[in-house]
Amino acid sequence: MTQQSRDMSRRRLLFGTAALGAGALLAGCTSNEAEPTAAQTKAAETGGNAEPGKRVTIGFSAPAADHGWIAAITNNAKAQAGAYSDVEFKTVEAGADAAAQRAALSTLLSQKPDVIVLLPHDGKELNAFGLEAMKAGIPVVNLDRAFPDARAYRTQIKGDNYGMGVAAATYIIAQLQAKGVSNPIIGEIPGIDSLELTQERSKGFADTLAASGFKVANRRPAEFTADSGQQAATGLLQALPKIDAIWNHDDDQGIGVLAAVNQSGRKEFFMVGGAGSKKAMEDIQADNTVLKATVTYSPSMASSAISLARLIGQGKGMSDLVELQVPKEIVLASETITKENAGDYLKLGF
Amino acid sequence: MSDATGTTTPERPTDLPAQSPPVSKAGTEAAAHRETPRSGLSFWKGDSGEGARRNLGLIAVLVVLVIIGIATRPDLYGDSNWVWNNFLTILKLASVVGVVTVGMTFVIIGGGIDLSVGAIVALSGVWATTLATQSFGAGGMIFTALVVGLGVGLVNGLLISYGKLVPFIATLAMLVAARGLAAEISQKQTQVSNNSTINGIASTNVLGIPLLVYILAAVVIAGWVLLNRTTFGRRTVAVGGNPEAARLAGINVKRHTVMLYALSGVCCGIAAIMLTSQATSAQAAMANLYELDAIAAAIIGGTLLSGGRGTIVGSLLGVIIFSTITNLFAINGLTTEAQNMVKGGIIVAAVLVQQVQFRSVTGFLKRNKATTA
Repeated sequence: MTQQSRDMSRRRLLFGTAALGAGALLAGCTSNEAEPTAAQTKAAETGGNAEPGKRVTIGFSAPAADHGWIAAITNNAKAQAGAYSDVEFKTVEAGADAAAQRAALSTLLSQKPDVIVLLPHDGKELNAFGLEAMKAGIPVVNLDRAFPDARAYRTQIKGDNYGMGVAAATYIIAQLQAKGVSNPIIGEIPGIDSLELTQERSKGFADTLAASGFKVANRRPAEFTADSGQQAATGLLQALPKIDAIWNHDDDQGIGVLAAVNQSGRKEFFMVGGAGSKKAMEDIQADNTVLKATVTYSPSMASSAISLARLIGQGKGMSDLVELQVPKEIVLASETITKENAGDYLKLGF
Repeated sequence: MSDATGTTTPERPTDLPAQSPPVSKAGTEAAAHRETPRSGLSFWKGDSGEGARRNLGLIAVLVVLVIIGIATRPDLYGDSNWVWNNFLTILKLASVVGVVTVGMTFVIIGGGIDLSVGAIVALSGVWATTLATQSFGAGGMIFTALVVGLGVGLVNGLLISYGKLVPFIATLAMLVAARGLAAEISQKQTQVSNNSTINGIASTNVLGIPLLVYILAAVVIAGWVLLNRTTFGRRTVAVGGNPEAARLAGINVKRHTVMLYALSGVCCGIAAIMLTSQATSAQAAMANLYELDAIAAAIIGGTLLSGGRGTIVGSLLGVIIFSTITNLFAINGLTTEAQNMVKGGIIVAAVLVQQVQFRSVTGFLKRNKATTA
């Protein structure tokens, strides 16, 4: 452990207890690396929008959860803000639930930052805060969990959950058709089933499969953790004596899914992951497990959110676009990582 | 052994050797029991005729579940290899929660409750895997998990016995704090275990049976012997049944309570290694809601939530029923929501049956006494 990370630990200890409980709400996945890689942020280049401009104070809030994807979100945001000399970064921990986050955000609001970037526990629950901040003249950048009310945000940037399902299904269909499998048995291991994002992912998967005449034979939800993934996969493998393909929504629970597959000695199928953790990419690259691909849902969106917030604060647009202002909404594409391109994406793994 | 806090009511100055309590003490200790001590009953019956009947009922439930499985998936049950494999899978699924439940059964029989077991499993697992990254090896990881489990259990016990906290509150606080500490230690990341010995535990078979099942069997047998064949077990029942009577009988109730929570903690440490091996990693959010699974299994197994009564075999059957239901729902592709509703229904039904049985048994005894007197 380096001195720096020990200092970080000490600070985190204070928030340790508050971190509890929020984990169940979260999407994403983790690996052993806590700090963002350089590739997950964008270095301030010379010229264009990156030139230091008007000083902007950005307030930031994301749930403090025991889940690596959220940890990566916060780390990326901090690192990206640090890359700009004209950005002052004020962060508040969001606590364990929507009420706690609302309380934290109201203290942030009273400090009157130029822009607020937040990843809400639930966009529906914090919609009212977005409206309040916008009414007070502070633009809000919503990160990943959309506000239902368009007046509650200046810009939102999010991952494409439906698109993840589409990308996973597209890869699976292509592989199966190349093998000439006509009536495949496809398994699915989603994350927490009651979350909207999980339902969107599953819908994208099912819709795309249906368009090719395929369907999911069995789906066993897990809880975004490795041990729940192991148990869900054990059930799935027991239910389907022969499988052609599995989509596991989350690379973090995928550690457990792969463990269950190895423990069962089954390898007649291939698996697609989700989110794009470093470990999953390494496994894909090594090509010695059933994991052959993963579809991205990258926490690098936090870095982009900070960049957008800075531009909004300075009244600039995105220099590659014709528009003079930052767009209202950006949805990331879910990209498919296979053995062929894993080398390129490895730097984005978290 | 003297009372550390020096509370107002002095306890017996010395706790006499476990193996040969003097006659007078043994007499009062037995009097503190709610039920007569067992004698020469077979292993699975546990410690009373009532427990035996209940266990028969649980086995009947298991048989029904298997019949439903055969009826709904005759294609799978037609393959004898699959059936054997599935049997082992159910036992493997039961193994981790089973070990936790043995500890929980002791705590509940002793009149307490331990809500922190899932968090202890997570903390032990995370601590052990964090050590692994510093290459302490498999022995170091196992040692760490057991020591952390024991340590947290001791803290629980001391808070409850000497801090006079209600067990519900003390272990609830520990649930929150231990998960927080686990998140802190793991830096909110999944700690992947690179130790092939640890990872290999879950995939090792001995004589065709998974090692995890042997571990479960060893813990269950040890628990059964401890509860039914030792002074410690008799005292546990006495403390849970009537702590005041137990204290008057010369049992150091406080110290005994500490040991019960420590025992539960050690079970969690064992479970943490098993779970880490299964998932080849540990995470602060692992073993989510295991406390509820363990409590539910113990209750279904006939352990009285108010303490003083329960059997290890009943708890084991409770855990196996739950993992059989999970398996049944998985092979039929049914949702986990439906599965949870069924689990809830079974818990309610089991407690209802328990109350009816208990009332009728005590009623019968009273009437019997009245007529014979």
